[in-house]
Amino acid sequence: MEKTIGNKVINLGDDGYLTDFSQWDKDIAIALAKEKNIEMTDAHWMVIEYLQGKHKNDEALSIRGIKKSGKFNIKEFYGLFPGGPLKISTLIAGIPKPKSCI
Amino acid sequence: MATKVKKMLFILSKATIENVYAAFIMANGARMEGIEAEIFFTFFGLEAIEKKKIEHLKVATVGNPAMHIPTLLGGLPGVEAFATRMMKKEMEKLDMPPIDEFLEILSDSGVSLWACQLAVEMFHLKENDLIDELDGILTIGDFYNRADVEGTHLLFI
Repeated sequence: MEKTIGNKVINLGDDGYLTDFSQWDKDIAIALAKEKNIEMTDAHWMVIEYLQGKHKNDEALSIRGIKKSGKFNIKEFYGLFPGGPLKISTLIAGIPKPKSCI
Repeated sequence: MATKVKKMLFILSKATIENVYAAFIMANGARMEGIEAEIFFTFFGLEAIEKKKIEHLKVATVGNPAMHIPTLLGGLPGVEAFATRMMKKEMEKLDMPPIDEFLEILSDSGVSLWACQLAVEMFHLKENDLIDELDGILTIGDFYNRADVEGTHLLFI
């Protein structure tokens, strides 16, 4: 489905995730975050950057990876993206929903 | 669509690796979906939070038809250790954390970890025999009282 944010049109899959990462920019992230009642801060951007970096390198995302990231810990991660941190943060980052069970 | 499950309460009564991981993966998975999760460790399940035992948990090779080896063979010396080593290797390949690290992850993720008071007394354990991440020692009644929101489910493993 298509969605208009500001003056940009983005494509979302059935699960609400961006299907084409080239459509992603910070304004889109801010708008997607707002829908989840999240106000983006520097800490949020740092997580988004980390996730996008991992995705670019084809590395699977997991909660264990967050623990090992050395940049932020699991508690902070849950605090920044309450209600399903990996699901919500990847949605805002414009990358696919992680498939792992852990 | 949001799930109707709001809180998962797990009762872990065994400490074979397959049961411990079942509980841990489901508890972690709940938190990842925004669902509250707590684990109550009782009877042999306590070994999963006993500092001295965590490293030595095993896969059940006897009385476990899914092992597909004769029961007699499963009881031979070394078979249990071998099966455990194999399973741990496969888990590492899938990036599944070892049990001690998994407990830290659960605790950091907001999963409350409780020890059963009766079982603690039965095995003559003290609080410092148990992991530092433990949230406390409860009676089963106390644990039931934690089913305080609509959409709470209890699961016995």
